[in-house]
Amino acid sequence: MNDSHIPQPTEMPKVLKESKNKIRVDFERTPLWQRIKAKFFSTFFLQKVVWYVFRLILLIGISYIILFPFFAKVTGSFMYYEDFADVTVRLIPKNWTLDTYKAIILENSYLEACVNTALLSLTCALLQTLVACLVGYGLAKFRFRGSSIMMLLVVLTMIIPHRTIKLALYELFEDFYFFGNVLETDVPLTLLSLTGLAFKNGLFIFMMRQFFTGVPDELEESAYVDGSGVYRTFVQIILPLSIPMMITIFVLSFSWQWTDEFYTSLFNDITFGERILMPKIITVPQSLTSLKATFPAYSMFESAVINTTHILIMLPLVVIYLFCQKYLIQGIERSGIVG
Amino acid sequence: MNNNAIDQNALAPNEKASSGTAAKFAAGWGKVTKLLRPNSLEKRKALQGIGFILPFIIGILFIYLPVIVNSISYSFCTITYDIKLREEVITFVGFEHYQYAFFGDAQFVQTLIAGLKQLIIDIPAIVIFSLFVAVVLNQKMLGRAAFRAIFFIPVILSTGLLDDVSNLAVDNMESGSMNDGSGTSASTEIINAVDIENLFANMKVGTEIVSYVVGLVNDIYNIVNRSGVQILIFLAALQSISPSIYEACTIDGATAWETFWKITLPMISPMILVNGLYTIIDSFTSASNVVMQYIDTHYSSGDIGAMEQATAMSWIYFIIVMLIIAAFAGIFSAFVFYQKRDS
Repeated sequence: MNDSHIPQPTEMPKVLKESKNKIRVDFERTPLWQRIKAKFFSTFFLQKVVWYVFRLILLIGISYIILFPFFAKVTGSFMYYEDFADVTVRLIPKNWTLDTYKAIILENSYLEACVNTALLSLTCALLQTLVACLVGYGLAKFRFRGSSIMMLLVVLTMIIPHRTIKLALYELFEDFYFFGNVLETDVPLTLLSLTGLAFKNGLFIFMMRQFFTGVPDELEESAYVDGSGVYRTFVQIILPLSIPMMITIFVLSFSWQWTDEFYTSLFNDITFGERILMPKIITVPQSLTSLKATFPAYSMFESAVINTTHILIMLPLVVIYLFCQKYLIQGIERSGIVG
Repeated sequence: MNNNAIDQNALAPNEKASSGTAAKFAAGWGKVTKLLRPNSLEKRKALQGIGFILPFIIGILFIYLPVIVNSISYSFCTITYDIKLREEVITFVGFEHYQYAFFGDAQFVQTLIAGLKQLIIDIPAIVIFSLFVAVVLNQKMLGRAAFRAIFFIPVILSTGLLDDVSNLAVDNMESGSMNDGSGTSASTEIINAVDIENLFANMKVGTEIVSYVVGLVNDIYNIVNRSGVQILIFLAALQSISPSIYEACTIDGATAWETFWKITLPMISPMILVNGLYTIIDSFTSASNVVMQYIDTHYSSGDIGAMEQATAMSWIYFIIVMLIIAAFAGIFSAFVFYQKRDS
């Protein structure tokens, strides 16, 4: 309006009308050299470049530390056994072979172990996700007598190491109330998952609780006003909201169950039992042990074979991780473990 | 609560005004209707809440509590198998196993001290490392998603069965000794301790710090692998800080360094506490823990009473770690800054 007090620039930029709807402003620009100087020859820019390079080197270095063991395992798994005695061979195999894989898959009954463990892990992971949702929701949104004690118990299940209760757990499932001996089956792990007591379930419940605490109450209130019951609201409104979190928890529980050694070997006899699960395949296949007497670098070879079994174990997990990695990080970030 | 108080005050004069018998009758009638009418909304909600956590309650009652009670009582008993009676005989032995753990077992106390030392060394290392990585990963840059994906691989792939094995691979391969079967390779250490020692000797600091730093650098694989979840927690915390605070700081002329110490650090200090606790819990329940490994081998050694002794040992360890957790939380919570949120 009245901008007479604003000092006017001495030279107004020239406005040229090119066409009906287009104008071109022709103002005096700083010379190119000066602009470049200001941009690239300042301490600010130097700082930025140094920090950028430093950061990149650091991240690549740490990534190397994480990825190198996997890389070394993979290349080691393709080596022919003679390569282990050859000093000139480093990391990259000279004689490529798939014999190790073949022997493990055929002799250690890898596929059967895969199917068995997949069934077990899938049941457990589904149950654990569901239970974590239910319990987390109950703890986050309802106040009742003893709810804080329940929260304390959840934390307690996280803190007490399962090694401490190893013997007692074994004894419990050896003679489980009315069912007698339920070892050597999926029952113990299923029951533990169903009651939210399996491996790291306290953490899952805690994460879900934190997530649900962040969900605004108005959402449910409006559903209640519209005449929806508590359980229906939970299924139709809350669960769809928490799908990223559920994927996170599902992936974590699946992969932790998949690689679990403690519970699996506690409830199933790994050395003599008949059920073939993942821990059972971590042995050197029969046909490869024959080298033991004659081959000098056998211990190297043995550890490479064991590493190969681990590659086979983690293969399905890698596939899952590649697909779910985005949700996983999102989910954990959004869990708002932040108070 | 406030509303209720006001209501009662408002009602009080009315009650006084009414005659005594009528008031008694009203009170009695109130009790009757309270029993008859359907539950109040609060009560119903409480019941529904209990419905949600029912699976957990059942688990606690029928699995967890019996297991905990049994586990504690086993540590005070000896279980033997009587061949004649063909059943297990449980005899109460008092604190014998605990005494054995402290005075009878040659290595337990040593292992315990070594394990606790390791724990105290690891906690600051892991927390500081994960904070640093989280700050770096939080900045906008090329390939951030890829780096994030790589940093969280250990969360999935370095647990349980694969945990000890990845160490095996590192020991064998990082040293480059993969291929000479004789095992003549120099060391499994990433850096040579001598270099750092020279560096520190010129700086005139104590040998303890030198050995601490050398230990950390050589343990870098372990530290990186164990800080996946912590990095995530810090990332979440960093993203919850309002950008307008940073904006205000920049306008006031604060440098990045000042902003970090005056804004970022106080804002995420609650998460430093959480991460410290998580690290303690995680490392003392993990399978790669020295004390847990010792207890495990003792458990499966097959000697008479070894299982009960192992249980007693792990309870001792648990109590000590609980004390550490309490001390850590107590000391650190004095420094934690909680932002007051208007909600």
